[in-house]
Amino acid sequence: MSDPASRPEDKAAQDAVLLSASGVSKRFGGVQALLDVSLTIRRGEVYGLIGPNGAGKTSFFNVLTGLYSPDEGRVTFDGHDLPPGVPHRIAGAGIARTFQNIRLFGAMSALENVMVGRHIRLRTGVIGAILRTPAARAEEAATEARAHELLRYVGIDHLANQQSTHLSYGDQRRLEIARALASEPKLLALDEPAAGMNATETAGLRTLIEKLRDDGLTVLLIEHDVKLVMGLCDRVAVLDYGEKIAEDVPDVVRRHPRVITAYLGRQADPEAA
Amino acid sequence: MTLPGDPKLRARLGIVLIGIALAVLPFVVGANFGNSWVRIIDFALLYVMLALGLNIVVGFAGLLDLGYIAFYAVGAYLYALLSSPHLAIAFPAVFASAPAWSVWLVLPLGALVAGLFGVMLGTPTLKLRGDYLAIVTLGFGEIIRIFLNNLNAPLNLTNGPQGINNIQSAQIAGQSLGRSFELFGLQIPSVTAHYYFFLALTLLVIFICVRLQDSRLGRAWVAIREDELAARACGINTRNVKLLAFGLGATFGGVAGGLFAGFQGFVSPESFGLLESIMVLCMVVLGGMGNIAGVILGALLLALLPEVLRWGAAPVQQWLFGKVLVDPESLRLLLFGVALVLVMRWRPAGLWPSALRKRELAAHAEAT
Repeated sequence: MSDPASRPEDKAAQDAVLLSASGVSKRFGGVQALLDVSLTIRRGEVYGLIGPNGAGKTSFFNVLTGLYSPDEGRVTFDGHDLPPGVPHRIAGAGIARTFQNIRLFGAMSALENVMVGRHIRLRTGVIGAILRTPAARAEEAATEARAHELLRYVGIDHLANQQSTHLSYGDQRRLEIARALASEPKLLALDEPAAGMNATETAGLRTLIEKLRDDGLTVLLIEHDVKLVMGLCDRVAVLDYGEKIAEDVPDVVRRHPRVITAYLGRQADPEAA
Repeated sequence: MTLPGDPKLRARLGIVLIGIALAVLPFVVGANFGNSWVRIIDFALLYVMLALGLNIVVGFAGLLDLGYIAFYAVGAYLYALLSSPHLAIAFPAVFASAPAWSVWLVLPLGALVAGLFGVMLGTPTLKLRGDYLAIVTLGFGEIIRIFLNNLNAPLNLTNGPQGINNIQSAQIAGQSLGRSFELFGLQIPSVTAHYYFFLALTLLVIFICVRLQDSRLGRAWVAIREDELAARACGINTRNVKLLAFGLGATFGGVAGGLFAGFQGFVSPESFGLLESIMVLCMVVLGGMGNIAGVILGALLLALLPEVLRWGAAPVQQWLFGKVLVDPESLRLLLFGVALVLVMRWRPAGLWPSALRKRELAAHAEAT
């Protein structure tokens, strides 16, 4: 059970590119949310995407996961072009996500939430469900067992039967990650997972993401908590006003002049003085 | 705690007892209160089917449908056309004699056609939610009713407001349910025969609902109800799953409609008005949206209670005041309205809300 996401072929091509976006642009009316964004995510890395508020991080995320279709550009994932704007097919291709403001299925138990996450990998149809064929029954039992496994993996199996909205904030985050993992993703995209967490919860989250990486999963992390990103990510891209202004290992990005400008503002300009 | 196996045994005993009660019910009621009460129970069973069908759309998938009765109408008219002399009278050139299809053919066909109508309604409304969806479905229900009302010209398909009569009762194993007959030395009145027929199909509908609820599809419906965006991100093809909910819900409506037509022997557009849609919706909401047992309870209560009130209002007033002050018919609606308001005030999730809370409590009890 130690590795829910590792696959032999991933290990064989450790450095190969898993996802590459090229020239992605998106406009909302007069707002250029994304402008010609290109980036590549390699297998097995934790890739950070940072930027000031309104820089277009979540827009990019939504393009990636199919909630928006881009005006221009395309995304190649695992050797195939992603169908733009079709979330369920993108989930099927192997991208799973969590949301900035946690979006669980409130009326369901934690376990059922994770079982829904497995939907795309299940085959039972109407007839199978009504007749409860041996195949359907086996699939259902396997789904439940797998959901328990994943809950244990993120450390909340003891809450399996609790209504998801009754979980603590940190546990809801973990549950959302477990639900995303249930679809057997190749890429796990986390939208500001540490938002609203206290220091202990953030530390726990960090341990969890490290565990995921150690088990071979590729993680895309949007985050405001720069300390978390710099400590955790293998590579980081910075967005500002919809454009990518830097992409490199954390230490280089940290010193990048445009990044400093984007976050702290421009130094007093000698020419203007 | 209890002995292992004990709850299972108790559940089995409960099922046997309920089975016996359901089996003898029409004879007990018929002997004590008359066959008109058995007839009322028959109608209550039809409402249970309708409410369970609507529960798939509203309760599980969270799609507010105010035109559900249209599918009931489709099923009823299909049965009426295929089991009455209407087509032979209206189109003597095409139909030499009155079609007399077997009920085992007409009911599935009605289910299928109603299901197609369900998908037809679902397709243009896929992106709508809440109020907007409610308005469109309301319009759909009215369209169907108005069509039925006006399709007597240029081709007399539905016979307009006069409706279609002389509909054959269902025939099962060569025996028409429309007349009383003798079986094993017992005199079975028509309403009682219909009771068993409806009960069997209602149990089938319940069975299907329970199975679907605890499946991948049931979970997908609830996921869409709870958070459509998250459901899509989880890989649920929301278009197909929603259409399936509309289609399946409509299917049950179509079956109930066919049964209604055969039972009543007569259909007309006025049986399928907006108020009927609202009534079925009330059953779902009042009983407990999304919980099958709650919906059944809601349907039985709302179908039977008004009749009980109508029956009891006059004698009670006579006894209290010495004369009948308020006409039982209007009192019935008044009390009905008050009951709805009270339930929504004190039990907003319905009389019997879904089982998650119970499961949670059970898990707690196990832990401690």
